[in-house]
Amino acid sequence: MKTKLIVLSATAALAAGCATTPPESPYYAKSVAYMKAGFKDRGQAKVSERIEQDSLQKACSAYKTDPIPKDLAESMQAEQMATIKPPSDGKYLGDWKSGEKIAQSGQGGQYSDDPKRPSGANCYACHQLTKEELSYGTIGPSLFNFAKVRGFGPEIQKYAWNKVYNSHAYSACSSMPRFGHKGILTEQQIKDVVALLMDPNSPVNK
Amino acid sequence: MKRTWESAARTACAVVALSAAGAMAQDRSAVQEIERYRQALGDGNPAELWEARGEATWKKPAGPKNASLEKCDLGLGPGVVKGAYAQLPRYFADVDKVMDLETRLVHCRVTLQGISPDEARKNPFGGPGRKTDNDALVAYITAESRGVKMNVPMSHPKEVEAFEIGKEMFFHRGGPYDFACSTCHAVDNVRIRLQELPNLTRQADAQKAYTAWPAYRVSQGEVRTFQWRLEDCFRQQRFPHLDFTSDASIALTMFLARNSNGAPFNAPSIKR
Ligand code: HEC
Ligand code: HEC
Repeated sequence: MKTKLIVLSATAALAAGCATTPPESPYYAKSVAYMKAGFKDRGQAKVSERIEQDSLQKACSAYKTDPIPKDLAESMQAEQMATIKPPSDGKYLGDWKSGEKIAQSGQGGQYSDDPKRPSGANCYACHQLTKEELSYGTIGPSLFNFAKVRGFGPEIQKYAWNKVYNSHAYSACSSMPRFGHKGILTEQQIKDVVALLMDPNSPVNK
Repeated sequence: MKRTWESAARTACAVVALSAAGAMAQDRSAVQEIERYRQALGDGNPAELWEARGEATWKKPAGPKNASLEKCDLGLGPGVVKGAYAQLPRYFADVDKVMDLETRLVHCRVTLQGISPDEARKNPFGGPGRKTDNDALVAYITAESRGVKMNVPMSHPKEVEAFEIGKEMFFHRGGPYDFACSTCHAVDNVRIRLQELPNLTRQADAQKAYTAWPAYRVSQGEVRTFQWRLEDCFRQQRFPHLDFTSDASIALTMFLARNSNGAPFNAPSIKR
């Protein structure tokens, strides 16, 4: 009875937004005002859309190089997990060959990009994926042999889908973009990069 | 000469890092690349052409008042160019404001030469077939701080404020990719593709990065200013265009410049 009560009140506290609230720098408001005045629209990059922060961006920025407190991280992860939409036909895997092209392309979202062209994901900017591509970054961990190591089953497929859809569902304040949640990639494109990670024939798993 | 050799080696390493080759091949091509750059640099850094043009622009009477910029006060007194850049941005009492080099230059062109603010601010960056006064003046003035230790002041409250706002901007995640400067520049020893990223929250990296700009970009055949570097990073960050001379731009520059204090300024350099 007692434990149940504690659990209940903890949940209530979370629901009421009583988890640790991020610190706000006394300079925050002025920095946002400076940015709104100093930036100018260019191409698809509009000041009205790209300076104002959502709650996750704001909380992650506030901690700068400090770690986020555990309770806050957990409530943020739960919130981000709730944004994830599973594939409409229930199938996680698309075409790994098309996934490889998406993982290579850094097109999308920059004022220098044509908004009519489909976005890439530039996974290689941050991750090693295949042995063939040597030009890869190291901001994220190597994903070489991703499914070979973790297994090819539905649970891992779902994890890969979720991670690409909204990386913060598992690690709050990750550097990895929220490709599904922010609409960078289409449902089909996410299936294709998930296939790149999960298909036994993909060079990732060779 | 030592300076040129060091930047040549650095540039060559960057070029080699881009060629996706095995370790052995890298060693061999590193030697070749360094050799190639040594030859290219035999006559010095092409940025010297910008420096010379900037000096001429500084001294030449111009604008409705037909005055030169030689009385411009860059912080160390009217006309003092030597070492001035190593102490910028800073607070200027005459305008009650923190200014970086570019902002101060605009101010001087307006007040001394009578040029309109819009005219003085346009064309910050050169391009193919288009040389700008700003690039040349910045090359000249920064070169006059070569070897001078960075010593950006933070004694006036407005300097402190600019620094703190710049820090907020550095960590400000936004836009469709949730990126901030800190996404790419707050971790040690990481790369994007093969490009190594300085951790600008660490003193040694911040010093090395800041004191190497402006740079003659071999790949572009242009001298690129620090403001240009920021612009290109904001583009990759999926942010809009940051107007140079804006308070936001000055604040971010203040944060980065101050973090390089103590290191000798070493630019215009040469980069791939
Ligand atoms: C800007 C950097 C960045 C980009 C771009 C990026 N990632 Fe990541 N990724 C990370 C970081 C950092 C981590 C580790 C922290 C975390 O788990 O969020 C990570 C973690 C992952 C993981 C979890 C690894 C594990 O061992 O559980 C997967 C899977 C992944 N990324 C896939 C991708 C795919 C696929 C793409 C392209 C569609 C991509 N990432 C693009 C930075 C990035
Ligand atoms: C998405 C990635 C990304 C973001 C975000 C980013 N940068 Fe960069 N930055 C780079 C890359 C890549 C380079 C190296 C380019 C090269 O080597 O030619 C670089 C280079 C630099 C350099 C020059 C380093 C040197 O030694 O020459 C500075 C300074 C810098 N960035 C500052 C910033 C600041 C300030 C911000 C935020 C306004 C920022 N960057 C945001 C990717 C990024």
